[in-house]
Amino acid sequence: MHHATLDQWARGSSALHRRDARVKWLVLVAYLAALSATRSLFPMCVLGFAALAAGAIRLGRLPFAGVLARAGVVAPFAGVITLFTWLGGEGGRALAVLVRSYLSAVAVLVLVGTTPLPTLLSGLTSLGVPRFLVLVVQFLYRYLFVLSEQAQHMRLAAASRGWQAGRWRPDPAGFRAAAGVAAALFLSSQAKAQAVHRAMLARGFQGRLVTLAPPALSIADLWFLAAGVGACAGLWLAANLFG
Amino acid sequence: MQALIQVRNLRFRYEDGTLALDGVDFDLYPGETVALLGPNGSGKTTFVLHLNGLLSGEGQVIVCGLEVTKRNLAEVRRKVGLLFQDPDEQLFMPTVLQDVAFGPLSQGCTPEQAQARARAALAQVGLVDAAGKAPYHLSAGEKRRAALAGVLAGQPEILVLDEPTTYLDPWGQTDLITLLGSLPQAKIIVTHDVLFAAAVADRAAFFQKGRIIAQGSVADIQRRFGWAPPAARPANRPD
Repeated sequence: MHHATLDQWARGSSALHRRDARVKWLVLVAYLAALSATRSLFPMCVLGFAALAAGAIRLGRLPFAGVLARAGVVAPFAGVITLFTWLGGEGGRALAVLVRSYLSAVAVLVLVGTTPLPTLLSGLTSLGVPRFLVLVVQFLYRYLFVLSEQAQHMRLAAASRGWQAGRWRPDPAGFRAAAGVAAALFLSSQAKAQAVHRAMLARGFQGRLVTLAPPALSIADLWFLAAGVGACAGLWLAANLFG
Repeated sequence: MQALIQVRNLRFRYEDGTLALDGVDFDLYPGETVALLGPNGSGKTTFVLHLNGLLSGEGQVIVCGLEVTKRNLAEVRRKVGLLFQDPDEQLFMPTVLQDVAFGPLSQGCTPEQAQARARAALAQVGLVDAAGKAPYHLSAGEKRRAALAGVLAGQPEILVLDEPTTYLDPWGQTDLITLLGSLPQAKIIVTHDVLFAAAVADRAAFFQKGRIIAQGSVADIQRRFGWAPPAARPANRPD
């Protein structure tokens, strides 16, 4: 199984990786709030927010080029809005939309790239996000790997019997075969879900999921929280005073 | 001696009409390890799923003096720890520690107690260093041990292991034999691996077509049914 790049990044051991997930979530929210609440994004202000993001990338020892390139994933969505705003004669606002979207994506990537998803989700639970929502994401993520592995096995099994991905033709027979594969994958995920439920019952599950309490925040976590939120608030204040 | 598990005339039919168990009688006594042998589809796994109430058929299943009914399922499941064949089905929590603590938490332990039990179980299977890892980052052998730790953390009186050697290399199997030998619980082990069965089991029961047709030592069952690895199997298999 080839794990995603983000998953590999998240297994690092930098100072940012070691910070508590709850604290990182709060700093991210502060950053996004400050970025979106800043009325006018003049160049110095953009530089300030970009410097904060760059500092976080550096602190997390993440590859700059990799993060910047992956943050571009928002470009198609933000690009459409930017285009319409531009065409509406608001060039400044259009640019601000693009900058805000891109910097937000960078910030989210830094969080996801320095915190394994299970820890991120535990952090969300501790912050009071409804347990049911977190559970759904948690199970989805856990079994995405199992299903993806199963899909790869099916692909290998098909290839071993002469199937070639590049030679697939969108004709009725091809569609029927693809539908069959999708149905088989669906059925196996259904069977997997039943098996998981059975395993949960076997270990005493009675409908209510209890989890371990999160560890207490360290002094370093609290410093990080104060510095992160303080920097975001400072930038927002400066931007609104001088902008 | 009072049996830990008493099964009498157990019958079970799946929804599609397949008769999976056809009058099974079985006893398990404290401290003993019994291997369940038999061909694929003979009813071994279906049988063990009845022992902690995951399936419910006709007949009687008594665990530690409790008849397995809907009313006392929670208590029965505390007494019978079930290790499934595929560890991926059993490891569903975000980290190994959280997964191992799942059973104790579901049983009503406080988070502190659950964490202590989970760490002790991880130490028992030699996986302390993996506590913070996500289950999908473990090797197949580690997954198997983590799943076993999850069962042990529930502190069951009886261990039921369904094909525990699946995915394990020979060293992993040797480690498992040593580990099982060190556990005081009575055990039921469903396996096709007769060498493994001979190493861990005091006796064996042979399933065929939903019934236990013979019980005895592993060597005796091997001899009577030609139930041996291919290299050691006689050319003419007895019926």
